[in-house]
Amino acid sequence: MTFELSADHEEFRKVVREFAEAEIAPHAARWDREHHFPVDVVRAMGGLGLFGLTAPEAYGGAGGDLTSLCVAIEEIGRVDQSLGITLEAAVGLGINPILTYGTDEQKQRWLPDLVAGRALAAFGLTEPGSGSDAGATKTRATLDGDEWVIDGSKQFITNSGTEITSCVTITARTGTDARGKPEISTIIVPSGTPGFTVEPAYDKLGWHASDTHPLSFSGARVPADHLLGTRGQGFAQFLATLDEGRIAIAALAVGCIQAMLEASVSYANERTAFGVPIGNKQGVAFQIADLQVMVESARLLTYKAAAMRDAGKPRDAVKQAAARAKLHATENAVTATRIATQVHGGYGFMEEYPVARFYRDAKILEIGEGTSEVQRMLIARGLGLSVE
Amino acid sequence: MKIVVLVKHVPDAAADRTFHEADHTTDRVGVDGILSELDEYAVEEALKLAGSESGEVIALTMGPEGSADAIKRALQMGADSGVHVVDDALHGSDALATSHVLAEAIGKIGEVDLVLTGMASTDGGMSVVPAMLAERLGFAHIGFVGEMSVDGGTVRARRDSDVTETVEAATPAIVSVTDQINEPRYPSFKGIMAAKKKPVESWSLADLGVAAEQVGLDAAWSQVQSVTKRPERTQGEVVTDDGDGGIKLAEFLASRKFI
Repeated sequence: MTFELSADHEEFRKVVREFAEAEIAPHAARWDREHHFPVDVVRAMGGLGLFGLTAPEAYGGAGGDLTSLCVAIEEIGRVDQSLGITLEAAVGLGINPILTYGTDEQKQRWLPDLVAGRALAAFGLTEPGSGSDAGATKTRATLDGDEWVIDGSKQFITNSGTEITSCVTITARTGTDARGKPEISTIIVPSGTPGFTVEPAYDKLGWHASDTHPLSFSGARVPADHLLGTRGQGFAQFLATLDEGRIAIAALAVGCIQAMLEASVSYANERTAFGVPIGNKQGVAFQIADLQVMVESARLLTYKAAAMRDAGKPRDAVKQAAARAKLHATENAVTATRIATQVHGGYGFMEEYPVARFYRDAKILEIGEGTSEVQRMLIARGLGLSVE
Repeated sequence: MKIVVLVKHVPDAAADRTFHEADHTTDRVGVDGILSELDEYAVEEALKLAGSESGEVIALTMGPEGSADAIKRALQMGADSGVHVVDDALHGSDALATSHVLAEAIGKIGEVDLVLTGMASTDGGMSVVPAMLAERLGFAHIGFVGEMSVDGGTVRARRDSDVTETVEAATPAIVSVTDQINEPRYPSFKGIMAAKKKPVESWSLADLGVAAEQVGLDAAWSQVQSVTKRPERTQGEVVTDDGDGGIKLAEFLASRKFI
């Protein structure tokens, strides 16, 4: 038994790190400050094959595993959480639903550009009044002849308004099922569809270089064949793609903790107080020791979950492993940014040091793709507790 | 079109570089090595040229065991195959011996249209091997190229030297490129996986018909007498501005001949 990643994964990590340090790290602070989505770098990430890691070769992908995607997200996230989430969302929310449920025609139309990083797709689930509670979806799609007519709104939709966004897959009520419950389906809405408006970007606490918008639909019409997967299965389909997303978010959190560990060790060695490096003080050194334990434990849970998914373990087991990894890694990421900022003292509060940016970026990790509370609920249910 | 790219495995300039105490040769074993950055531009140019004319790209290196990593990087970027000339007798070879061995290796590869390489290695930095190699092979040589194209049997290249000139040469030719010529790609995940299946041949001096006495430290025309480590960086000098800060700064810069 081994707890190491394969030599191939480590080799790949080296290349992604080289890319991240040369092409992303030097600019991350400026993109954050200017709320700039660096589309050229996204294209370069496409050239590196990052968006197509898990996609089949038929669509230009590498046919690789979830573990390799996690390695990429961890390494990108280690220098820039905004671009880490851009990659995570592009694959997990943009590509995966189309790959999993799309018809051959839909896959041929959308995937080659998405896989190459020439285009981005987004997934619109969350609404002003519903998030994980997808059954409360208010957006409606009504079949009028051979077209769906869509009305409603979505919010917090990542990658939905970039200049290379090609489509947004949304969940919408398409009727009422036999038991009187809303029938939820997923529909692909191409960017630029009349009646589909990408509203101005949000002013967020963190992830400033990531593209996030509210979307509104007012009589937006798309052909009937833009239905993705089975009518009425939209919610189930969405839930099935969540596990991978949670593991990927955990990987993004691992990258955050790793960055905080490295920044703290470096600063503790170089900053002196009372004539010695502050790392000589137990109060500082012990906190950094905790960071090391955090990154190791988060990494183990994350890559264990990814390895289970790659090995085709039963879905319930993967779901539990994903929830544990997501909960542990993201909560530790928030703690790690707090510790790193503390180690940096007053400088940690200054945007001059990356820890300040990571401090702002980390919080959302505990919220997106299922809050910590939702993860705890899933884990408790996995233990047989019928928690509400 | 068959293109050979000369790639060199060099100690990473970002890490500590050392020399062997006994013979003052570069330590290539106990350090982190990388594909010489300037050679990455040559690999990229070869891939672009081969891509547009459905050509073949062969990465060639000479060096100890670990230097195969330079070939691996070229293969990950997209080169088709590799040749590694490795032999204990090569240790300490100078540029003349290097060009001799590489010329024999290129001869053995045979029917080459183009040989591309970086304008210099980032360790030795002599920039002489391409010209020596051209002389030995009877190929045309164009050095310090910032832009090039190949049309049939003609290479057209812009040389960026003291002056900029555009020249043409008939193939086969040797072209050394500068860092202005392109933006080298990073290996993709697919490239890393594919590289593992690409053929790499390992040739000894005997395979090339080169006698051990013709290469190595003893055959070298120059010898390194001593090496001295660059002094550690000292604390900078702080100029306090008492109204004449500008003058003091200018005096400092002038004393170091910066202005």
